[in-house]
Amino acid sequence: MSTPRNTPMNTPRTRKVLGPCSHVLVAARTGSWRTERPKADEALCVRCGTCARYCPTACITVHREGPPLSFDWDYCKGCGICANECPKQALTMIAEGSEEACP
Amino acid sequence: MLTYKVQPKGAVSPGMNTCQGCMIDVIFRNALDVLGPDTVLVIPPGCAAQFSGCGPEASVTVPGIQGNLENSAAIATGIARGFRHQGNEHTHVVVIAGDGGTVDIGLQSLSGAMERNENILYICYDNEAYMNTGVQGSSSTPLAASTTTTPAGKPVNSKDLIQIVMAHHVPYAATASVANIPDLRRKVEKARDIRGCRVLHVMSPCPTGWGYPPAKTVEVAREAINSGAWVLLEYEEGKIRLGKKPSDLGHVEKYFALQKRFRNADEEDMRRAGAHIAERYAWLEKMAAL
Repeated sequence: MSTPRNTPMNTPRTRKVLGPCSHVLVAARTGSWRTERPKADEALCVRCGTCARYCPTACITVHREGPPLSFDWDYCKGCGICANECPKQALTMIAEGSEEACP
Repeated sequence: MLTYKVQPKGAVSPGMNTCQGCMIDVIFRNALDVLGPDTVLVIPPGCAAQFSGCGPEASVTVPGIQGNLENSAAIATGIARGFRHQGNEHTHVVVIAGDGGTVDIGLQSLSGAMERNENILYICYDNEAYMNTGVQGSSSTPLAASTTTTPAGKPVNSKDLIQIVMAHHVPYAATASVANIPDLRRKVEKARDIRGCRVLHVMSPCPTGWGYPPAKTVEVAREAINSGAWVLLEYEEGKIRLGKKPSDLGHVEKYFALQKRFRNADEEDMRRAGAHIAERYAWLEKMAAL
């Protein structure tokens, strides 16, 4: 297999690829691992972004206006680091599938 | 050419098969965010190996190679020299290796690369054992920590990687922790703009191997800094600069109590571990005062 790519000077425009080559960016649906999910208390949240900074899957988005946090449930593993690190205790972990989680 | 089946977050795929509560994703995302797309990764086997791809499936948007445990620094040397030969001075060659691939098996190739001052950035994420193969003790495992190869607790102290690195007189070396991401980003940024062999040693607690709830990863890392078990420092142009003095230097009781791997540690172990930490810190303080 030979692929065209951006090459630095003095090298041929095409190169041979030896061995297996990863060329499709994929993701595992890690959201299915979750047994607990974070729930934000909108009155307590000060939009500091600490949860988003420490979230291993980067699935928290902090908004400047409106509801402060939104979560990407496809990938949130439910580890609870966000709730543990929140300086205002605005996040609580609730059981996945509970009434509170699926209103 | 990379085909995108999902939208990456930063330069990393959003769904990685790292354990619940593992912060390696965060290290990769922040490091690649700071370094930019003009980066080549070298990753030895270990927990981070899944970031180098599996078959046709890629997990990062930059090119990378999975090497062997013992030669990641040597592979990076070859890539960096190849780029130099082609007149490419701008691409960052970055190794992201675990503690097994750095402190144990890969130490000789890293030592060689540091001696020759190759133009590479070596990032070691340290989870203090061979976590990917089932928690075997490495030479980074601290005193009294229980692993499958040291079930009664490790009888000796860990290797001090950062002092081994500093003894090679590299242009830049630093320790960082997942408990302080802005500090980690600043150090990667600093390392990016320096030429020569740069080494970053990043603590990354492992919920599976250390035995604590996944939610406590950052708390455990922070407690390690507070007790002095992990010291934040920077080494630049022969000068050591220490971070804030640990608030609870030498008192490891709280740090040990958080983790199941220290459940067999008795008071004597804690005293020995605390004494070692205090001694090491005093030595680093002396070196920093020079």
